[in-house]
Amino acid sequence: MMYDLVVVGGGPAGVAGALTAALAGLRVALVDSGVRLGGQYFRHAATPKPAAGLDRFLRQGRALGTRADVLLRHQVWNVSSEPDGSLTVHCLTRSPAALPGDGGSAGSPGSVDSAGAAGAAGAAGAAGAAGAAGAAGAAGVAGSGERAVRVRARRLLIATGAHDRPLPFPGWDLPGVLTAGGAQALLKGGGVVAGGRIVISGTGPFLLPVAAGLAGAGSRVLGVYEANGGLGLARHPLLALGKAGEAAGYAAALARYRVPYRTRQAVVAAHGKHEVEAVTVARLDKDWNVLATRVVECDTVAVGYGFVPQIELGTQLGCRTRPDVDGGPVLDVDEALRTSVPGVWAAGEPAGVGGWRLAELEGRIAGRSIVADARGAVSGEVAPVIGRRRERWRAFGEALQRAYPVKPGWQGWLRADTLVCRCEEVPLARVREAQALGATDARSVKLLARPGMGWCQGRICGYAVSCLTGEPPQPPRRPIAQPVTLGALASLADTDLTGTDLADTSLTDAELAGTDLTGTDDPPAH
Amino acid sequence: MSSLFHITVDGRPVPVEPGQTIGAALHAAGVRSWRTTRFGGRPRGLFCGIGVCFDCLISVNGREPERACLLEAEPGDEVRTA
Repeated sequence: MMYDLVVVGGGPAGVAGALTAALAGLRVALVDSGVRLGGQYFRHAATPKPAAGLDRFLRQGRALGTRADVLLRHQVWNVSSEPDGSLTVHCLTRSPAALPGDGGSAGSPGSVDSAGAAGAAGAAGAAGAAGAAGAAGAAGVAGSGERAVRVRARRLLIATGAHDRPLPFPGWDLPGVLTAGGAQALLKGGGVVAGGRIVISGTGPFLLPVAAGLAGAGSRVLGVYEANGGLGLARHPLLALGKAGEAAGYAAALARYRVPYRTRQAVVAAHGKHEVEAVTVARLDKDWNVLATRVVECDTVAVGYGFVPQIELGTQLGCRTRPDVDGGPVLDVDEALRTSVPGVWAAGEPAGVGGWRLAELEGRIAGRSIVADARGAVSGEVAPVIGRRRERWRAFGEALQRAYPVKPGWQGWLRADTLVCRCEEVPLARVREAQALGATDARSVKLLARPGMGWCQGRICGYAVSCLTGEPPQPPRRPIAQPVTLGALASLADTDLTGTDLADTSLTDAELAGTDLTGTDDPPAH
Repeated sequence: MSSLFHITVDGRPVPVEPGQTIGAALHAAGVRSWRTTRFGGRPRGLFCGIGVCFDCLISVNGREPERACLLEAEPGDEVRTA
């Protein structure tokens, strides 16, 4: 069997897109690396505390679980286009079976990922292979407990979100220094406060909920240091953007817990022997050059300088990119969220950083466009009211990016021995050495000095290396998006989907008759 | 529902709430680094917390290293730090 749609990413964009398509009768699979749906914004504990926005998302997730195959704990390492125009999503998982009851998000009866007899419904019988439900080929890799799983579909929605964009500084690799998103993930996903005495630094509105969350959960937040802006919370750009309620909420939370919010300041160094014990906080000029410093004792630091959208699945397929407002590459999509490659849509941060509301809206727009495409209709029609709403949220996201740029002065925070690349332990001196040898762009620096050649594939240091070479960040070249063992690759040869029923791919009349894609703008499953 | 269980870290029991990752459980127990880097022997633990940076690699039950931030802890898991 082949799906009408495979969605990669189980956050607000992916779930909205998948649910919109599934409600219209399409056969949908959603793949996510996490243990529960939610992505970053709606990350939640196994037994989540009630909260309005999260409750609504969880209802959507439960609705999706009854109408689509939700494959959690599946990491996508490649997407390839097939000669017949379909797409194959290559995943790795250690999950033995779809586990029901994870916040209502997994374990639909026909789930792809149930471990079953080898050869079930079309997967050729490699020993130990699981290929239940006939939808995916799966093969066990001896020794590692890891299985390669393939999901084939007519269409792909890339809803892979974004990760924090850290900047290097002396001591940033000490344990106890986390990304702001990492601290948030610990709190949301595991109920764990990152530390007892925490300093938050970076730029952008995301620092505020992180600070409010940690303070509310019992951390002593010693300060929020926002490198941009000279105006303070009273003139925070959220206010100018019609988000007074949200900004006031954070301001009130910070005031309640007596958390200082300081603009034009940043953590420029972390100190400690085995873990962070103190940081240097600097007063900055408007270009982030250091004016004055002081030392603050703390046990934890959370840093974030904006976000890097995860677009490598799109670039693997040849999707065109464009520079986002901040210069970072994102997938170029039209008003119906179609990328430049037929059959491939993108929604949420990979199409431009804008937050969860925009992401969810884009997921729904993409879902509708995909449904229209599946029905053979022209898929570019977007209801004007929805298009305008998307433009408003896009303008909001772009205004925030403009209000919180990364300024070049951070490069002066680094010392010769400051690691730029954490994986390969490449200090600034080696980057400069490569440049002295004639490497003028980030790629040449990488080939000479190895920043970006390690486990993270340059996701963490790529932006910094681009800045250090004076080059705008380039679209990622990652033909393999996750580490994959040779054993997993070898197992694929044994699990060709020769039995795949290509004939059974179109919507039947009965299915179409049962669909109801109304023109209303109600959220899915609301 | 949310009854604690334990994993062992270098033989020492560490409490876990159901649904927590190995990384979250270690962090909650005050264990913030569990491997060292190849060249400089620098301590590493959680950094990105969402599966991107690979700093938090850890071996569970003798398997090849996995990302502690993505791996859900299960009762009786035996974790070795380097």
